[in-house]
Amino acid sequence: IAGTSKAAHSDVAPKKKKGPGALATAYLVIYNVVMTAGWLVIAVGLVRAYLARGSYHGLYYSIEKPLKFFQTGAILEILHCAVGIVPSSVVLTGFQVMSRVFLTWAVTHSVREVQSEDSVLLFVTAWTVTEIIRYSFYTFSLLNHLPYLIKWARYTFFIVLYPMGVTGELLTIYAALPYVQKTGLYSVTLPNKYNFSFDYHTFLILTMISYIPLFPQLYFHMMRQRKKVLGHVEDYSKVE
Amino acid sequence: KLLYQLLFIYDHANPLNITVNMEKLIQCPVFSLPDPQWYPARQSIRLDPKGKSLKDEDVLQNLPVGTTATFYFRDLGAQISWVTVFLTEYTGPLLIYLMFYFRVPFIYAPKYDFTTSKHWVVHLACMCHSFHYVKRLLETLFVHRFSHGTMPLRNIFKNCSYYWGFAAWMAYYINHPLYTPPIYGEQQIRLALIIFLFCQIGNFSIHIALRNLRPPGSKTRKIPYPTKNPFTWIFLLVSCPNYTYELGSWLGFTLMTQCVPVAFFTLVGFIQMTVWAKGKHRSYLKEFRDYPPLRSPILPFIL
Repeated sequence: IAGTSKAAHSDVAPKKKKGPGALATAYLVIYNVVMTAGWLVIAVGLVRAYLARGSYHGLYYSIEKPLKFFQTGAILEILHCAVGIVPSSVVLTGFQVMSRVFLTWAVTHSVREVQSEDSVLLFVTAWTVTEIIRYSFYTFSLLNHLPYLIKWARYTFFIVLYPMGVTGELLTIYAALPYVQKTGLYSVTLPNKYNFSFDYHTFLILTMISYIPLFPQLYFHMMRQRKKVLGHVEDYSKVE
Repeated sequence: KLLYQLLFIYDHANPLNITVNMEKLIQCPVFSLPDPQWYPARQSIRLDPKGKSLKDEDVLQNLPVGTTATFYFRDLGAQISWVTVFLTEYTGPLLIYLMFYFRVPFIYAPKYDFTTSKHWVVHLACMCHSFHYVKRLLETLFVHRFSHGTMPLRNIFKNCSYYWGFAAWMAYYINHPLYTPPIYGEQQIRLALIIFLFCQIGNFSIHIALRNLRPPGSKTRKIPYPTKNPFTWIFLLVSCPNYTYELGSWLGFTLMTQCVPVAFFTLVGFIQMTVWAKGKHRSYLKEFRDYPPLRSPILPFIL
């Protein structure tokens, strides 16, 4: 005699929470504190420059160096995942960090003419606010002392900051296009002994197009995370 | 993905007569799975919800069960046969490369349509590339003995994108009207061709040796050893010499064409094959106590 019955569990093995050791935790706290401080420096720099000049224009130059330093420093986060002291995916983190580094160096730094564009201020502001919240979130989480306000901010501010940042990034890349085409920046043409060609102008256009499938996925992932993280706090208050 | 709990009670009175193997179990008409679409290849049956899947050859009598046996079933999703996937993913590059070689319209400037390259290395490269994929197709049909019948359907899209995409990218540059032949000319091309042919023969020898380890229709696993064929003597130092020779072939092709996209394809392939080789090496070590300790997964002594 044989038959079937539906076992009511879905196959999710309970995840073994293997946190970082004490030394790794100490290092990560220092790392996240330093990054929080760094982005605060950038935030303060932007505000001071704005007050001094009286306009939004050209604020990039006042924070260019700390922006490059701290955004590039985020590459360490890929290492953290690879080594295992942070439980995120290396590929996902790598992708996120490298896209920021790409915009900082391969677009804004390399194409001087876009540095005075207002779109740069748009994404720099979005990044600054996001990173200050994100790094303080990690700091407090590691110390097991996360204020609800920070958690709330991390999972709520993105609703505005993501689209703001994406808009700034896309407009900046778009502004860079004519200069890249004119100068042939980072481009290689045939014939050459490596039998290889690369058109940076086309590459930038493809990058812009890639935002179309990628951005909604990331955005709705954060939305789902928000419901999960902030969701049941509202449930508890209902039960009360 | 839901697991279904299957309850099966067999007749304890004649235990020695129970030789129902798993495949027959699934095809037993008394066994009514909720969705008739779940053909055997899609079924993963296990004794423990988190455990490994039972094999088709497993015999109920030899499983650690009592008078009642509880099995867990999982749907693996739509499946496609390995042979189908291999044939599709290898036919693509063969045909795509030829399209570029013959300079079919809309690829290069119209004045070059249906012209041929003036460099003889381009003709040689086309022959080598085509030979490589024809060899793979024939091996799929006549040589390989697959452990698994099927793989998930979505793999065919992933695999074909990889093979077809890279084939198009490489072929575009090699067959380009502005192609630049190798710096060191004939010497370089000759050396490259020797490496390429040597590794193609080597790769084929390994495939034959692996086939001969396994009787037709079986899925037995044995440790491969060097045979009388000198190309198999590399088994002394390497667990997966088929990958070693494959890497060698593509290094030869890179040298022959002196083309960055080919180098890049070789690199990506090498990374993937190393992952596979390490996995296979680990399974060998786990399965066989007496596995030769001198062997590395893919590169002698190195990797």
